[in-house]
Amino acid sequence: MSAVLQASPEHTMRVPRMSAVLWATLEKDLRLEWRSKDAINSMLFFALLVAVVFSFSFDPTAEESRRIAGGLIWVAFLFAAVVALNQAWARELRHRVLDAYRVSPAPANALFLAKALAGFLFVSVLEALVAPLFMVFYNLRPLGPVWELALVAPLGTWALVVNGTFFAAISLRTRSREVMLPLILFPVSIPALYAMVSATTAIFSGSAAPGYWIKLLGVYDVVFTTVCLLLFETVLNAE
Amino acid sequence: MLLAVPALLGYAYYLGMYAAPAEASMGDVQRIFYYHVPSAWTAFLCFFANFAASVAYLANRGKRADALAVAAAEVGVVFCSVVLVTGPLWARPVWGIWWTWDARLTSTLILWLIYVSYLLLRKVSTGGQTPVLAAALAVFGFLDVPIVYLSIRFFRTQHPQPVIAGGEGSGLDPMMAKALLVNWLAFLVFAGLVLALRYRLERLRQRVEESRALRAEELPVGSCGLEAQPAVSGRSA
Repeated sequence: MSAVLQASPEHTMRVPRMSAVLWATLEKDLRLEWRSKDAINSMLFFALLVAVVFSFSFDPTAEESRRIAGGLIWVAFLFAAVVALNQAWARELRHRVLDAYRVSPAPANALFLAKALAGFLFVSVLEALVAPLFMVFYNLRPLGPVWELALVAPLGTWALVVNGTFFAAISLRTRSREVMLPLILFPVSIPALYAMVSATTAIFSGSAAPGYWIKLLGVYDVVFTTVCLLLFETVLNAE
Repeated sequence: MLLAVPALLGYAYYLGMYAAPAEASMGDVQRIFYYHVPSAWTAFLCFFANFAASVAYLANRGKRADALAVAAAEVGVVFCSVVLVTGPLWARPVWGIWWTWDARLTSTLILWLIYVSYLLLRKVSTGGQTPVLAAALAVFGFLDVPIVYLSIRFFRTQHPQPVIAGGEGSGLDPMMAKALLVNWLAFLVFAGLVLALRYRLERLRQRVEESRALRAEELPVGSCGLEAQPAVSGRSA
């Protein structure tokens, strides 16, 4: 009797390590994307369309472009990122994968970080591919320290993607899920977007140092990554 | 209470429109200040109440906290809208323009956008998860406010500096100060009254929802109200 009641080692709830779940989920997402190329294709085409459409709305001379290129590029990336973020969780609804996650003892934050990292990688690849295109289309030649873009881009991308991943998990539960994501993501992202645009414009025009904006992006990233990690489990399990 | 609030609002109106002296350079246009400033203070208080209630809800899932959060957000958005409408009405004759992307104006507009998106989320989200999702968004929105202030601090500002405790050269005619403070008190009491009514409405809605859920659980599986009817009438016959 006692032998039956005593759980054997195989039956105890074994909590998987955070890093194991993180890597497994990230690897799965990257492999799915590598095979289907759903997110990257739609983002690429979308960013290309934005670049072309914007070129008709103003005269892309070198001087004018330099002034507004920062805004243009980041708005294009923001819109394109929303396209990918909307697909991030929708994939897990099929075959009720998300419900399986909820009942499993795996740490919720591992799932969140994996999704955010995957989104970060997708949008970074997009930026690497599309930024040269913007340079060509808009005749851009940066006058400031270009290496600082290597700080602005990852910090800015993470700012968009970490909140975007969280808010996509929220908008997943609403009636009009794909419309809802930008509506709740954009207002909160305004200061981050403004910092990215200011930093990029400062680098392109060479008129001011982008240091303050890079620090502000750092603060934004730290604050909201912390809040996301604190609240994600609650949102995932919301009934 | 229902009589005292209009009386106080009326007295505040009298102070702002008649008793307070006309401003030296702007004239009577300045009197909109007695509505603009108290609305702004009231809106900020409401948003703070929304944040506090949302954190309380996330901590212990009390339905009262959620009702307070939704009531405070709605009243806050209304007062913030009053600020955003009265501001341009004053700016047009004084500055010559309706709107400018000034630090104070921009931050208030972003604040308004954040809380409208909060109300929108509450509207389209389905089922019992709404309070949790909304509370999470409220935390994000409130933490965003200081970052918004940090990001626009280099904007040129032409908004008048605070007149109360605003540093050197600030200060109000005593009658103007009285009109402002009485107006704020009146707005605060009015906001409190609307908030209490909205809170009561939300509590009622929650109770209706709960009893509906309970009734749905009590009915045996596979039966509905119509099937139960003949059995009851048959016994009475």
